Amino acid sequence: MSAMIGLLIPLEGFPPGVQSFDSKPLFPELGPSWYWVNNHLVQAVIATVLVIGFWLWMARGQKVVPGKRQFLGELAYNLVRNSIARDILGHDYRKFLPYLLALFSFILVNNLFGEFFLFMFPTFSKIGYVWGLALCSWILYNGAGIYKYGLFTYLRKATLPEGVPVPLWPLIIPLEFLSNFIVRPVTLALRLFANLFAGHLVILVFVLGGTVLLESGQLGLIAAGGMSLIFSFAIFALELFVGFLQAYIFTVLTAQYVSSAVAEEH
Amino acid sequence: MLPLAPVLNGSLNMIGYGLATLGPGLGVAWIFSSVINGTARQPEARGAMLSTAWIGFAVVEALAIIGIALAFVIQ
Repeated sequence: MSAMIGLLIPLEGFPPGVQSFDSKPLFPELGPSWYWVNNHLVQAVIATVLVIGFWLWMARGQKVVPGKRQFLGELAYNLVRNSIARDILGHDYRKFLPYLLALFSFILVNNLFGEFFLFMFPTFSKIGYVWGLALCSWILYNGAGIYKYGLFTYLRKATLPEGVPVPLWPLIIPLEFLSNFIVRPVTLALRLFANLFAGHLVILVFVLGGTVLLESGQLGLIAAGGMSLIFSFAIFALELFVGFLQAYIFTVLTAQYVSSAVAEEH
Repeated sequence: MLPLAPVLNGSLNMIGYGLATLGPGLGVAWIFSSVINGTARQPEARGAMLSTAWIGFAVVEALAIIGIALAFVIQ
Protein backbone atom coordinates (compact mmCIF):
# COMPACT_ATOMS: atom_id res chain seq x y z
CA MET A 1 0.00 0.00 0.00
CA SER A 2 2.95 2.31 0.49
CA ALA A 3 3.35 2.58 -3.26
CA MET A 4 -0.23 3.86 -3.47
CA ILE A 5 0.91 7.05 -1.71
CA GLY A 6 3.58 7.40 -4.36
CA LEU A 7 0.88 7.06 -6.96
CA LEU A 8 -1.15 9.86 -5.37
CA ILE A 9 1.83 12.23 -5.77
CA PRO A 10 2.87 10.99 -9.16
CA LEU A 11 4.83 13.80 -10.78
CA GLU A 12 8.13 13.60 -8.99
CA GLY A 13 11.76 12.93 -9.64
CA PHE A 14 13.87 15.75 -11.03
CA PRO A 15 15.33 15.94 -13.69
CA PRO A 16 12.69 14.43 -15.96
CA GLY A 17 13.91 11.91 -18.47
CA VAL A 18 13.33 8.40 -19.72
CA GLN A 19 13.58 7.14 -16.15
CA SER A 20 10.39 9.04 -15.28
CA PHE A 21 8.48 6.50 -17.35
CA ASP A 22 9.67 3.44 -15.42
CA SER A 23 7.00 1.04 -14.21
CA LYS A 24 6.06 1.42 -10.58
CA PRO A 25 4.80 -1.74 -8.88
CA LEU A 26 1.62 -1.11 -6.93
CA PHE A 27 2.36 -3.54 -4.11
CA PRO A 28 6.15 -3.68 -3.71
CA GLU A 29 5.84 -5.31 -0.28
CA LEU A 30 4.41 -8.45 -1.88
CA GLY A 31 7.80 -9.29 -3.38
CA PRO A 32 9.30 -9.32 -6.87
CA SER A 33 6.99 -11.99 -8.29
CA TRP A 34 4.10 -9.46 -8.02
CA TYR A 35 5.98 -6.63 -9.75
CA TRP A 36 3.94 -7.21 -12.90
CA VAL A 37 0.99 -5.50 -11.17
CA ASN A 38 2.22 -2.03 -11.98
CA ASN A 39 0.67 1.35 -12.46
CA HIS A 40 0.10 1.23 -16.22
CA LEU A 41 -1.33 -2.30 -16.24
CA VAL A 42 -3.94 -1.32 -13.67
CA GLN A 43 -4.66 1.82 -15.69
CA ALA A 44 -5.24 -0.21 -18.84
CA VAL A 45 -7.56 -2.61 -17.01
CA ILE A 46 -9.50 0.29 -15.45
CA ALA A 47 -9.77 1.91 -18.89
CA THR A 48 -11.17 -1.32 -20.35
CA VAL A 49 -13.75 -1.60 -17.58
CA LEU A 50 -14.69 2.07 -17.99
CA VAL A 51 -15.12 1.83 -21.76
CA ILE A 52 -17.18 -1.37 -21.64
CA GLY A 53 -19.26 -0.07 -18.74
CA PHE A 54 -19.86 3.29 -20.41
CA TRP A 55 -21.12 1.86 -23.69
CA LEU A 56 -23.21 -0.81 -22.00
CA TRP A 57 -24.78 1.87 -19.81
CA MET A 58 -25.50 4.07 -22.82
CA ALA A 59 -27.03 1.19 -24.72
CA ARG A 60 -29.63 0.03 -22.24
CA GLY A 61 -33.25 1.14 -22.17
CA GLN A 62 -33.28 3.03 -25.44
CA LYS A 63 -36.49 4.80 -26.42
CA VAL A 64 -37.57 6.46 -29.65
CA VAL A 65 -37.71 9.85 -27.92
CA PRO A 66 -34.33 9.99 -26.18
CA GLY A 67 -33.79 11.06 -22.61
CA LYS A 68 -30.69 12.97 -21.53
CA ARG A 69 -28.44 9.94 -21.10
CA GLN A 70 -29.40 8.48 -24.45
CA PHE A 71 -28.94 11.88 -26.12
CA LEU A 72 -25.40 12.25 -24.81
CA GLY A 73 -24.57 8.67 -25.66
CA GLU A 74 -25.83 9.12 -29.20
CA LEU A 75 -23.79 12.32 -29.47
CA ALA A 76 -20.60 10.42 -28.69
CA TYR A 77 -21.62 7.50 -30.90
CA ASN A 78 -22.44 9.75 -33.84
CA LEU A 79 -18.99 11.31 -33.71
CA VAL A 80 -17.36 7.99 -34.58
CA ARG A 81 -20.14 6.64 -36.76
CA ASN A 82 -20.72 9.69 -38.99
CA SER A 83 -17.38 11.34 -39.41
CA ILE A 84 -15.19 8.25 -39.26
CA ALA A 85 -17.02 5.10 -40.24
CA ARG A 86 -19.69 6.24 -42.69
CA ASP A 87 -17.65 8.86 -44.55
CA ILE A 88 -14.60 6.67 -45.04
CA LEU A 89 -15.95 3.15 -45.28
CA GLY A 90 -19.02 3.74 -47.40
CA HIS A 91 -21.90 1.35 -47.39
CA ASP A 92 -20.53 -1.58 -45.41
CA TYR A 93 -19.31 0.45 -42.47
CA ARG A 94 -21.37 -1.45 -39.93
CA LYS A 95 -19.06 -4.46 -39.96
CA PHE A 96 -16.15 -2.36 -38.73
CA LEU A 97 -17.94 0.17 -36.57
CA PRO A 98 -17.73 -1.78 -33.25
CA TYR A 99 -13.96 -2.08 -33.52
CA LEU A 100 -13.53 1.58 -34.48
CA LEU A 101 -15.76 2.75 -31.64
CA ALA A 102 -13.94 0.61 -29.08
CA LEU A 103 -10.57 1.71 -30.43
CA PHE A 104 -11.45 5.40 -30.24
CA SER A 105 -12.91 5.13 -26.73
CA PHE A 106 -10.02 3.06 -25.39
CA ILE A 107 -7.31 5.35 -26.76
CA LEU A 108 -9.18 8.45 -25.58
CA VAL A 109 -9.66 7.18 -22.01
CA ASN A 110 -6.04 6.06 -21.75
CA ASN A 111 -4.79 9.39 -23.08
CA LEU A 112 -6.95 11.26 -20.60
CA PHE A 113 -5.32 9.32 -17.77
CA GLY A 114 -2.26 11.45 -18.42
CA GLU A 115 -4.06 14.53 -17.16
CA PHE A 116 -6.31 12.94 -14.56
CA PHE A 117 -5.45 13.09 -10.87
CA LEU A 118 -4.56 9.80 -9.19
CA PHE A 119 -3.02 8.48 -12.40
CA MET A 120 -1.15 11.31 -14.17
CA PHE A 121 0.51 8.88 -16.53
CA PRO A 122 -0.61 8.29 -20.13
CA THR A 123 -0.78 4.54 -20.65
CA PHE A 124 0.38 4.76 -24.25
CA SER A 125 3.68 6.32 -23.29
CA LYS A 126 4.72 2.70 -22.62
CA ILE A 127 5.23 1.36 -26.11
CA GLY A 128 3.99 -2.17 -25.46
CA TYR A 129 0.34 -1.11 -25.40
CA VAL A 130 0.75 0.73 -28.69
CA TRP A 131 2.21 -2.28 -30.45
CA GLY A 132 -0.82 -4.27 -29.33
CA LEU A 133 -3.29 -1.82 -30.84
CA ALA A 134 -1.27 -1.49 -34.05
CA LEU A 135 -1.23 -5.28 -34.35
CA CYS A 136 -5.03 -5.39 -33.95
CA SER A 137 -5.49 -2.79 -36.68
CA TRP A 138 -2.98 -4.55 -38.95
CA ILE A 139 -4.82 -7.84 -38.57
CA LEU A 140 -8.12 -6.04 -39.23
CA TYR A 141 -7.29 -4.32 -42.48
CA ASN A 142 -5.32 -7.22 -43.92
CA GLY A 143 -7.94 -9.71 -42.75
CA ALA A 144 -10.72 -7.65 -44.32
CA GLY A 145 -8.89 -7.57 -47.64
CA ILE A 146 -8.04 -11.28 -47.59
CA TYR A 147 -11.59 -12.19 -46.58
CA LYS A 148 -13.03 -10.24 -49.47
CA TYR A 149 -10.54 -11.07 -52.22
CA GLY A 150 -8.61 -14.17 -51.25
CA LEU A 151 -4.92 -14.13 -50.36
CA PHE A 152 -3.19 -13.82 -53.74
CA THR A 153 -5.65 -11.40 -55.28
CA TYR A 154 -5.38 -9.22 -52.20
CA LEU A 155 -1.58 -9.26 -52.29
CA ARG A 156 -1.61 -8.40 -55.97
CA LYS A 157 -4.10 -5.62 -55.39
CA ALA A 158 -2.14 -4.21 -52.45
CA THR A 159 1.26 -4.24 -54.11
CA LEU A 160 0.38 -3.33 -57.70
CA PRO A 161 -1.70 -0.26 -58.36
CA GLU A 162 -3.56 -0.42 -61.64
CA GLY A 163 -1.90 0.73 -64.83
CA VAL A 164 1.72 0.12 -63.88
CA PRO A 165 3.87 -1.00 -66.88
CA VAL A 166 5.66 -4.33 -66.48
CA PRO A 167 9.27 -2.98 -66.46
CA LEU A 168 8.49 -1.04 -63.32
CA TRP A 169 7.18 -4.06 -61.41
CA PRO A 170 10.51 -4.98 -59.68
CA LEU A 171 10.62 -1.44 -58.34
CA ILE A 172 6.99 -0.96 -57.44
CA ILE A 173 6.20 -4.30 -55.81
CA PRO A 174 8.83 -4.23 -52.99
CA LEU A 175 8.11 -0.55 -52.36
CA GLU A 176 4.37 -1.04 -52.10
CA PHE A 177 4.81 -4.18 -50.02
CA LEU A 178 7.03 -2.28 -47.59
CA SER A 179 4.64 0.63 -47.52
CA ASN A 180 1.45 -1.35 -47.01
CA PHE A 181 2.52 -4.10 -44.67
CA ILE A 182 5.35 -2.64 -42.63
CA VAL A 183 5.33 1.14 -42.69
CA ARG A 184 1.60 1.46 -42.02
CA PRO A 185 1.38 -0.40 -38.67
CA VAL A 186 4.76 0.90 -37.50
CA THR A 187 3.85 4.51 -38.17
CA LEU A 188 0.40 4.03 -36.63
CA ALA A 189 2.08 2.80 -33.47
CA LEU A 190 4.96 5.25 -33.31
CA ARG A 191 2.77 8.27 -34.05
CA LEU A 192 0.60 7.57 -31.00
CA PHE A 193 3.55 6.63 -28.81
CA ALA A 194 5.76 9.60 -29.75
CA ASN A 195 2.97 12.11 -29.29
CA LEU A 196 2.09 10.89 -25.82
CA PHE A 197 5.68 10.31 -24.69
CA ALA A 198 6.78 13.78 -25.78
CA GLY A 199 3.68 15.39 -24.34
CA HIS A 200 4.16 13.79 -20.95
CA LEU A 201 7.84 14.78 -20.99
CA VAL A 202 6.89 18.42 -21.68
CA ILE A 203 4.42 18.36 -18.78
CA LEU A 204 7.12 16.93 -16.52
CA VAL A 205 9.59 19.64 -17.56
CA PHE A 206 7.17 22.46 -16.80
CA VAL A 207 5.76 21.08 -13.54
CA LEU A 208 8.92 19.65 -12.04
CA GLY A 209 11.09 22.53 -13.28
CA GLY A 210 8.63 25.02 -11.87
CA THR A 211 8.59 23.23 -8.52
CA VAL A 212 12.37 23.12 -8.29
CA LEU A 213 12.60 26.81 -9.22
CA LEU A 214 9.98 27.67 -6.60
CA GLU A 215 11.99 25.91 -3.92
CA SER A 216 15.25 27.58 -4.89
CA GLY A 217 15.02 30.63 -2.65
CA GLN A 218 16.10 33.36 -5.06
CA LEU A 219 13.43 35.90 -5.98
CA GLY A 220 13.94 35.87 -9.76
CA LEU A 221 13.92 32.08 -9.86
CA ILE A 222 10.82 31.93 -7.66
CA ALA A 223 9.02 34.20 -10.11
CA ALA A 224 10.17 32.02 -13.00
CA GLY A 225 8.96 28.93 -11.17
CA GLY A 226 5.57 30.48 -10.56
CA MET A 227 5.21 31.43 -14.22
CA SER A 228 6.23 27.92 -15.21
CA LEU A 229 3.59 26.36 -13.00
CA ILE A 230 0.93 28.74 -14.29
CA PHE A 231 1.90 28.01 -17.88
CA SER A 232 1.71 24.30 -17.18
CA PHE A 233 -2.09 24.67 -17.19
CA ALA A 234 -1.86 25.70 -20.84
CA ILE A 235 0.34 22.65 -21.44
CA PHE A 236 -2.27 20.44 -19.77
CA ALA A 237 -4.90 21.90 -22.09
CA LEU A 238 -2.63 21.15 -25.06
CA GLU A 239 -2.21 17.58 -23.82
CA LEU A 240 -5.97 17.14 -23.53
CA PHE A 241 -6.30 18.29 -27.13
CA VAL A 242 -3.45 16.08 -28.33
CA GLY A 243 -4.94 13.06 -26.57
CA PHE A 244 -8.26 13.56 -28.30
CA LEU A 245 -6.61 14.27 -31.64
CA GLN A 246 -4.35 11.21 -31.53
CA ALA A 247 -7.27 8.95 -30.70
CA TYR A 248 -9.15 10.44 -33.65
CA ILE A 249 -6.20 10.11 -36.04
CA PHE A 250 -5.51 6.49 -35.07
CA THR A 251 -9.15 5.59 -35.70
CA VAL A 252 -9.39 7.56 -38.94
CA LEU A 253 -6.25 5.96 -40.33
CA THR A 254 -7.40 2.47 -39.38
CA ALA A 255 -10.71 3.12 -41.15
CA GLN A 256 -8.83 4.51 -44.17
CA TYR A 257 -6.57 1.44 -44.35
CA VAL A 258 -9.59 -0.86 -44.17
CA SER A 259 -11.27 1.18 -46.89
CA SER A 260 -8.20 0.94 -49.13
CA ALA A 261 -8.02 -2.81 -48.55
CA VAL A 262 -11.63 -3.56 -49.50
CA ALA A 263 -12.01 -0.87 -52.15
CA GLU A 264 -13.53 -1.91 -55.45
CA GLU A 265 -11.42 -1.26 -58.52
CA HIS A 266 -12.91 1.33 -60.83
CA MET B 1 21.52 24.95 -4.47
CA LEU B 2 19.72 24.03 -7.60
CA PRO B 3 20.45 20.61 -9.02
CA LEU B 4 20.96 22.18 -12.45
CA ALA B 5 24.24 21.33 -14.12
CA PRO B 6 25.87 24.44 -15.65
CA VAL B 7 26.60 22.54 -18.85
CA LEU B 8 24.19 21.80 -21.69
CA ASN B 9 24.38 18.17 -22.67
CA GLY B 10 22.93 17.59 -26.09
CA SER B 11 23.26 15.19 -28.92
CA LEU B 12 23.70 15.43 -32.65
CA ASN B 13 20.71 13.12 -32.99
CA MET B 14 18.40 15.85 -31.77
CA ILE B 15 19.83 18.42 -34.16
CA GLY B 16 19.29 15.95 -36.98
CA TYR B 17 15.73 15.33 -35.86
CA GLY B 18 15.06 19.06 -35.64
CA LEU B 19 16.16 19.44 -39.25
CA ALA B 20 14.07 16.44 -40.26
CA THR B 21 10.85 18.01 -39.00
CA LEU B 22 11.00 20.79 -41.60
CA GLY B 23 9.91 18.67 -44.55
CA PRO B 24 6.97 16.79 -43.00
CA GLY B 25 5.78 19.98 -41.27
CA LEU B 26 5.54 21.77 -44.59
CA GLY B 27 4.10 18.70 -46.30
CA VAL B 28 1.23 18.13 -43.88
CA ALA B 29 0.42 21.84 -43.83
CA TRP B 30 0.28 21.83 -47.64
CA ILE B 31 -2.06 18.87 -47.78
CA PHE B 32 -4.60 20.30 -45.37
CA SER B 33 -4.26 23.77 -46.85
CA SER B 34 -5.38 22.36 -50.19
CA VAL B 35 -8.27 20.60 -48.44
CA ILE B 36 -9.35 23.92 -46.95
CA ASN B 37 -9.04 25.67 -50.32
CA GLY B 38 -10.97 22.93 -52.09
CA THR B 39 -13.71 23.03 -49.47
CA ALA B 40 -13.99 26.78 -50.02
CA ARG B 41 -14.44 26.26 -53.73
CA GLN B 42 -16.80 23.28 -53.55
CA PRO B 43 -18.16 22.44 -50.10
CA GLU B 44 -19.94 19.25 -51.15
CA ALA B 45 -16.61 17.63 -52.19
CA ARG B 46 -15.26 17.90 -48.66
CA GLY B 47 -15.75 14.25 -47.74
CA ALA B 48 -13.88 12.86 -50.70
CA MET B 49 -11.06 15.38 -50.33
CA LEU B 50 -10.67 14.60 -46.66
CA SER B 51 -10.44 10.86 -47.33
CA THR B 52 -7.57 11.39 -49.79
CA ALA B 53 -5.98 13.86 -47.40
CA TRP B 54 -5.69 11.21 -44.68
CA ILE B 55 -3.84 8.85 -47.02
CA GLY B 56 -1.41 11.61 -48.00
CA PHE B 57 -1.02 12.65 -44.37
CA ALA B 58 -0.05 9.12 -43.30
CA VAL B 59 2.62 8.89 -46.00
CA VAL B 60 4.11 12.33 -45.27
CA GLU B 61 4.10 11.85 -41.53
CA ALA B 62 5.90 8.53 -41.94
CA LEU B 63 9.05 10.54 -42.62
CA ALA B 64 8.66 12.53 -39.41
CA ILE B 65 8.07 9.33 -37.45
CA ILE B 66 11.14 7.65 -38.96
CA GLY B 67 13.00 10.81 -37.90
CA ILE B 68 12.05 10.64 -34.25
CA ALA B 69 12.47 6.88 -34.08
CA LEU B 70 16.00 7.00 -35.49
CA ALA B 71 16.89 9.97 -33.30
CA PHE B 72 16.42 7.79 -30.25
CA VAL B 73 17.48 4.42 -31.62
CA ILE B 74 20.79 5.28 -33.24
CA GLN B 75 23.38 5.84 -30.54
